[in-house]
Amino acid sequence: MSDIAAPQAASAQAEASIASAGQARLIWWRFRRHRLAVASGILVILFYLIAAFADFLAYADPHASDSRRTYIPPQMIRLWDEDGSFRPHVLGLRGQRDMQTFQLVYRPDPGRKLDVVFFARGYEYRLFGLFPTDRHLLGLRDAGPADGIFLLGTDVQGRDLWSRLMVATRVSLTIGLVGVTISLFLGVLLGGISAIHGGWIDLVVQRLIEVIRSLPTIPLWMGLAAALPTSWSVTQIYFAITILIAFLAWTDLARVVRGKFLSLKSEDFVLAAELAGAGQLRIIFKHMLPSFASHVIAATTLALPAMIISETSLSFLGLGLRPPAISWGILLQDAQNIQTLALAPWLLAAAVPVILVILAFNFLGDGLRDAADPYGT
Amino acid sequence: MVAFLLQRLGFAGLTMAVISVLAFAIIQLPPGDFVDTYIANLSASGSAVSQAEAEALRQLYGLDQPIWVQYFKWVSRILAGDFGESMEWRRPVSEVIGDRLWMTVLISFFALILTWGIALPIGIISAVRQYSIADYAFTFLSFIGLAIPNFLLALVVMYVAFRYFGANVGGLFSAEFELAPWSLAKVWDLIKHLPLPGLILALAGTAQLVRIMRANLLDELRKPYVVTARAKGLPERRVILKYPVRAALNPFASTIAYLFPYLVSGSVIVSIVLSLPTVGPLLVKALIAQDMFLAGTIILLLGALTVVGTFISDLVLMWIDPRIRHQMD
Repeated sequence: MSDIAAPQAASAQAEASIASAGQARLIWWRFRRHRLAVASGILVILFYLIAAFADFLAYADPHASDSRRTYIPPQMIRLWDEDGSFRPHVLGLRGQRDMQTFQLVYRPDPGRKLDVVFFARGYEYRLFGLFPTDRHLLGLRDAGPADGIFLLGTDVQGRDLWSRLMVATRVSLTIGLVGVTISLFLGVLLGGISAIHGGWIDLVVQRLIEVIRSLPTIPLWMGLAAALPTSWSVTQIYFAITILIAFLAWTDLARVVRGKFLSLKSEDFVLAAELAGAGQLRIIFKHMLPSFASHVIAATTLALPAMIISETSLSFLGLGLRPPAISWGILLQDAQNIQTLALAPWLLAAAVPVILVILAFNFLGDGLRDAADPYGT
Repeated sequence: MVAFLLQRLGFAGLTMAVISVLAFAIIQLPPGDFVDTYIANLSASGSAVSQAEAEALRQLYGLDQPIWVQYFKWVSRILAGDFGESMEWRRPVSEVIGDRLWMTVLISFFALILTWGIALPIGIISAVRQYSIADYAFTFLSFIGLAIPNFLLALVVMYVAFRYFGANVGGLFSAEFELAPWSLAKVWDLIKHLPLPGLILALAGTAQLVRIMRANLLDELRKPYVVTARAKGLPERRVILKYPVRAALNPFASTIAYLFPYLVSGSVIVSIVLSLPTVGPLLVKALIAQDMFLAGTIILLLGALTVVGTFISDLVLMWIDPRIRHQMD
């Protein structure tokens, strides 16, 4: 790290700044060196921005079905006109029936150019659930009822896949957050109690964790999720599913918390605080928590992708969220059989954000864990 | 050693008890008791059940008694080999499940062997040649394996096989063997179909094992005894394989206990995509049709499977690790 040519004064100064830097700053310095983790962190932020502005980024009502628009293949936005001037547009589509297969085939019609405009008016929604508006990032000028942008094509009911993907991102990413919050709470509570009290409580919690970890989770989730009443609303199902997933997912966090607690309990600074007469709660929250909070954050980041996979798998099977809710799993459900895939391969598009987000969370979590470890390199 | 065995057996019993309670709860969860559902199903298909018959059924399952009595009746019937009746198929549950349970065992076990077979050499290579191209390539691949949920991988593989090779890769048997009785030819057909679903299933678990193996081995390789061995002129292959790998194998082996439930779990969802004749598709159908005896039994059996798998992995661990073997002596 240190520059050989630099005089000793500079390295002494660097040492001084390391010595005086707080825990958070040290972690940030170590994290910054981990390029992949930083890039992943940025990607995660971008995805949550998509989640926040899902309706703004969508350009067609994700629920509006139209039987004249089934399985339209993806259409690119053309940025340049033939004469080379900048004019973002899409071509109008003309449906023709293939007289051999009797399928409706859509062909772009070069004669009809539809201009793409920014901040166009579209369907109404509430930004952040608060401000009613009808502005969208993209839209068409003078579009007829059958015209549209089809960045990712449409599904069997003629719903625009891009718009659905945007809204699905919001649902799938928040379900992970809610779930991880619940399992964080359970994990810190049970892991902490188990470590502080020890004895039979520790034994019971440890056995419980071991039992839960040796359960076959997917069949159990399926069983419990299938038992949810069909009369429940989308929101109720959403929360029930998160609770179900969190219920079996807290064990890793509890182990991390317990392990850290036990190793910190014998540290000198805890003993010093005890001798100075600090109460137990004060020791835990003021002295111990700051030293293992970063580890817990890293473990939480690593727990998130598992949550997202769980929700996606359950919804994919038709046992998680149910339509009209839209999530990545529900979008992938449409691509479940080979006949549909052969006809409309673009339905697999929802797989891309799933893979990207899971990868990003894994790299980010790894980077955070390495950065949080004071003995790491 | 005996104490360790007894402790693990006790733990297996405890896990089984928890699973049975959960399975029973899943059977009980739908509104109304299952005799109601049963009667509704029967009358939907045109055959009526008399009041007396309904009462007899309620008596049999002890539905008028407290819930824990019902639970014990259910458990004792299962111990006697009676899993109840599937409402959808109108046949005993054990008959409906039939061979499918063994197919689940086969696929999960095969995937377990594959996971090990892939993860072990890759883990060793990535540790010994740390930061080499091979290390980066394998690490990257294992991360991809980690990031793609296995049902998604199954979907993509199926699409690619169909699109570019014109082959349908679903199922475990060719069409002509699907309903045929067991024969050598059918077994050979099964062996030909097994690698693909096995590989899809194995890939997800491999990533984690490679990382564990790599980290463990790296820790071992830095220890002085390795330097000593090398200084004494031992061939490199022996230096690495004889001691550090054996020592690193230890925490690696203990992960099988969690790997097996994970694979059984995964087999359910992969089977649905690839339409394999395991209990997975049956479970989904049963759950959607609220055929709760069938669903509960499958969940119970899958649970039992993971408990047995965990116990076996404990035995393997004992065999590998002399410290556990001699701990109690």
